Amino acid sequence: MEHLTFSFPSEPFTGDAAAPVMAGVVGSGNLEVLVERGEPGAVKVEVATSAKGFGATWEAVLSDLAAQFAVGGLHFSINDHAATPAVVALRLRQALELFVK
Amino acid sequence: MKGSTMKEGIRFYHATARRRVAAFLDEGTFTEWLGPQQRLTSPHLPEFDLPVSFDDGVVIGCGRLAGREVYVAAQEGGFLGGSIGEVHGAKITGVLRRAAERRPAAVVWLFDCGGVRLQEANAGEMAVSEAIRALMACRSAGVPVLALVAGANGAFGGAGILSLCCDRVIASESVRLGVSGPEVIETVMGAEAFDSRDRALVWRTVGGKNRYLYGEVDTLVEDRAAHWREAALAALKAIETGPLRWSLEGLRAESEALARRVEQYGDAGDALEIWKRMGLENPEAIPLMEVPELVAAAKAKGVR
Repeated sequence: MEHLTFSFPSEPFTGDAAAPVMAGVVGSGNLEVLVERGEPGAVKVEVATSAKGFGATWEAVLSDLAAQFAVGGLHFSINDHAATPAVVALRLRQALELFVK
Repeated sequence: MKGSTMKEGIRFYHATARRRVAAFLDEGTFTEWLGPQQRLTSPHLPEFDLPVSFDDGVVIGCGRLAGREVYVAAQEGGFLGGSIGEVHGAKITGVLRRAAERRPAAVVWLFDCGGVRLQEANAGEMAVSEAIRALMACRSAGVPVLALVAGANGAFGGAGILSLCCDRVIASESVRLGVSGPEVIETVMGAEAFDSRDRALVWRTVGGKNRYLYGEVDTLVEDRAAHWREAALAALKAIETGPLRWSLEGLRAESEALARRVEQYGDAGDALEIWKRMGLENPEAIPLMEVPELVAAAKAKGVR
């Protein structure tokens, strides 16, 4: 397993979301994303992944999220079982959508 | 389409545990216990360098079914086959113990589980036995436990045993139930005895339809959220108004029925032969029958 921690600047999250939410399942080629409120400021992302050596790819996918959505002050926690970047991006959006609801 | 109508049409077979719970309970009534934010993860999986899940593959909590309070446990088949590890099992045991104390209308267990989590070995086996003990205590306290076998992993191994420890078993035709899985049987007995790659053979042996005709599954349902709800409510009503099944007399009757089953079908080589002996017309057509048609045929012949 590889454990990675990221922090990106992002517009502050303004929704009135309360409860933490989870999207996805830790199956082969899949991942789970837990979204919670974190410290105000940057968006924080913790990744535990079974695919080692893809730090740069994670950084690219996660920085896209921080740039495209107002997620400042949110805390994403990910358990990954070798999902592709496209699946990761999809689950992040799903999780965010659930969190906003 | 309205939200509620869409929800009623959800199929449970490939749905996630969270989605099943949301679709099964009255809209918006679910409260999760020990949710993912608590991060109660397996202490064993990191030793194998395997990813953990924040809920350890089971969603537990309480909610309402047609207004009545029920406790639920839903296994996530997508995470290690819904397998029972130490934390996973402890969460379910906790639900059952709490139910014995607080007496909700029922505990509903949505099974999707291949058995004990191999990586957790003895801890997983112990978790199964603790769950069995808690399940019995829950039933003894007068709180019914319903098994809804809904997922692609069905209920096998310890989960197969646990499902049959419940007051009622409700299953769809697509699911499979058993103790030793088809691959295990083939490994031990040889492909001549049981070819696990023969999907039609596997389904007519361990599939929902055969388990229903055999009497192990009480209710066979079409895989839609509305039907699962309806079947659970009907089972609950039957338990509350019917004769007590879990009595010495009831257990004796069950034991006798099992002995009769071995007598009647013990030498049959295939479920098709059993269905023929049951008096069902055109047994070859059974695998293709729709659920209502099969149930009507079984009732007409007094099989169920």
